[in-house]
Amino acid sequence: MNTTTFSRNAILDSVRANQPATKPMPTIPHFHTSTPANLVATFCESIARMAGVVVAEDVPDLDSFLRAKFPDAKVTCSATPEYAGTIQPASLNHWSEASTIDVCILRSPMGVAETGSILLSNVELQVNTIAFLAHDLVVLLDPKQIVENIHDAYEHPHFKMRPYSVLMTGPSGSGDISGTVVHPAQGVKTLTVLLSPASSAGKRTG
Amino acid sequence: MSQPITSSPVDQAKNAEAFLADPVHEERLDKLLWAMRMRRDAAARQVPEWEELRTLASEIKEHTLSNLSDYLIQFEAKATANGVIVHWARDAHEHNQIVYDLLAEQKTETLVKSKSMLTEECELRPFLERRGIRVTETDLGERIQQLDDQPPGHIVGPAIHKTTHDVALLFSQKYGSDPKNEDVAYLAGVMRENTRPDFLQATAGMTGANFVVAETGAIVVATNEGNADLSANTPPLHICSVGIEKIIPTTESLAVFIRLLARSATGDTITQYTSTFRGPRKGAAMHVILVDNGRSERLGMQRFWHSLKCIRCAACMNTCPVYRRSGGLSYGSTYMGPIGIIMMPTFEIRKYSKLPFASTLNGSCSNVCPVKIDVHEQIYGWREVMEENDQIQIVKKEAMRVADKVLSHPSLYQIATATVSTALELLPHFAIYNRLNAWGKHRDVPEGNMETFHSWHRTHRPNKLDEVS
Repeated sequence: MNTTTFSRNAILDSVRANQPATKPMPTIPHFHTSTPANLVATFCESIARMAGVVVAEDVPDLDSFLRAKFPDAKVTCSATPEYAGTIQPASLNHWSEASTIDVCILRSPMGVAETGSILLSNVELQVNTIAFLAHDLVVLLDPKQIVENIHDAYEHPHFKMRPYSVLMTGPSGSGDISGTVVHPAQGVKTLTVLLSPASSAGKRTG
Repeated sequence: MSQPITSSPVDQAKNAEAFLADPVHEERLDKLLWAMRMRRDAAARQVPEWEELRTLASEIKEHTLSNLSDYLIQFEAKATANGVIVHWARDAHEHNQIVYDLLAEQKTETLVKSKSMLTEECELRPFLERRGIRVTETDLGERIQQLDDQPPGHIVGPAIHKTTHDVALLFSQKYGSDPKNEDVAYLAGVMRENTRPDFLQATAGMTGANFVVAETGAIVVATNEGNADLSANTPPLHICSVGIEKIIPTTESLAVFIRLLARSATGDTITQYTSTFRGPRKGAAMHVILVDNGRSERLGMQRFWHSLKCIRCAACMNTCPVYRRSGGLSYGSTYMGPIGIIMMPTFEIRKYSKLPFASTLNGSCSNVCPVKIDVHEQIYGWREVMEENDQIQIVKKEAMRVADKVLSHPSLYQIATATVSTALELLPHFAIYNRLNAWGKHRDVPEGNMETFHSWHRTHRPNKLDEVS
């Protein structure tokens, strides 16, 4: 018997000997509001509180939009077929190479109105570090994919299927010095969400 | 337990004197943490089902802890099926050795890690550094404390007791930055510039976990900085250390805790990054170390096992008048404030025998706890344990004896309460703030009511006095 097996059995024996009498698991409601909430408006308010930026109006020309917003960007990594970019995640040899990315653009499969979060997993990211080591992150989100609250969000199959999923809410930040919240901390400097119907997928160029 | 059982008791009140000697830090910390408590209240008010969520969170934790062995086995099976290698550590030393062996196996020189109170509890960093491994803490507050060679002073904001002036000086000494530039954004930028190369070069990353989901074999980490995601995703090896009490049954139940955690901690609705790791990416490895270190033993303590429900939000610290005015370092322990008071004696009873007295028992800690731990009742329970074990210092024992005697005799109680307001008005400062009254030190004793209930009653309800006496 190796050490970890010995320790495993010792811990489990001790837990069994000490755990209190079984208590029931409660039923968890979804706590939906009784009247249909305006999910898009709530999402926009929520993400703004976390220093994220939402572009709610239609952006007909993504390439012009990105050039205007990030005029100094040289390396634009696109993880969505809706935009070409200068590189794709597959062209990165090591995950640390994502630090060379100026702007990263991809599509999220879900937004959360309660918190202003967007969901990303290893499927959308392809290289998980692109959403953290890049300077700026641009996320396309279909407004129809916005759910009401965190209870709804954790029903997304990503959380049971994907090796890595993240609810991202605004750019990285820290309040560790003097309680003053500043952006960025270690991750992206800005997060911009474009409310963009998924039906237009594949029509964009760049 | 890793600590020697002969340690002398930590004297929180005495340690607090060093912090209180500088009124700038004391006043600042008090205001800052109280503002966090206010933000927590505002966030809670925005959620109509807040109290229902607290009850659910408490019930889910109690269910899980009362079926802990089954959930641990379920997690192990699921995680293993996902490609995660699961380890078990009975104590701090076993934990540290497992981490070191994993790092040594692939000749790791630099480890990037995100904040984990468990690794503080296990004293992992000095263990690895003695064996030649460079450890970079990537949480801003934790890194500040590492550079200053201090333990965390708060479990959410490790350096929250430091001013921008303190950090500017520290960074100028360690990183060569401008000591006069106290702009917080500048200082965070200094940290980012200096940490980024470590992220890119490190061959191993480490995180803790806020929650472990048995149903999916997932670990869940909440940060604002993105440093846990970078620590776990950039190097080819991810090690996650987690206490066995962090398990919850399902992803569905995770939602309840995510809704409570950030709101309780900082008043935000969620942390910027709430990340779920279920398995390694292609070509990389993921290890989870399940650590007991006294937890299973605490599970058997009828009065105290509820402290295992803790989700480390620090709301109890932010609201505690003693914590806010004495700073986290004064507790001399890994976990501080009200939750520290009820957890630390389970690690080493003599060393932390005085901590249960660093409380006013006002109950505010229990009221804000998102998982409804009866914190102040447990603090009182630990006082009783210390009494039984004769761990109480003489002066407090005497004070309690007098209180006990007075409270059990109505006539003496009436005399005593009538005397308090007179005493506060007439007695010179030194008589109240003497060395026998530990709580008078550095604290203004609140003004007593000029009229006691009994004297009010005599005036207003003269014929009913006997009924209340």
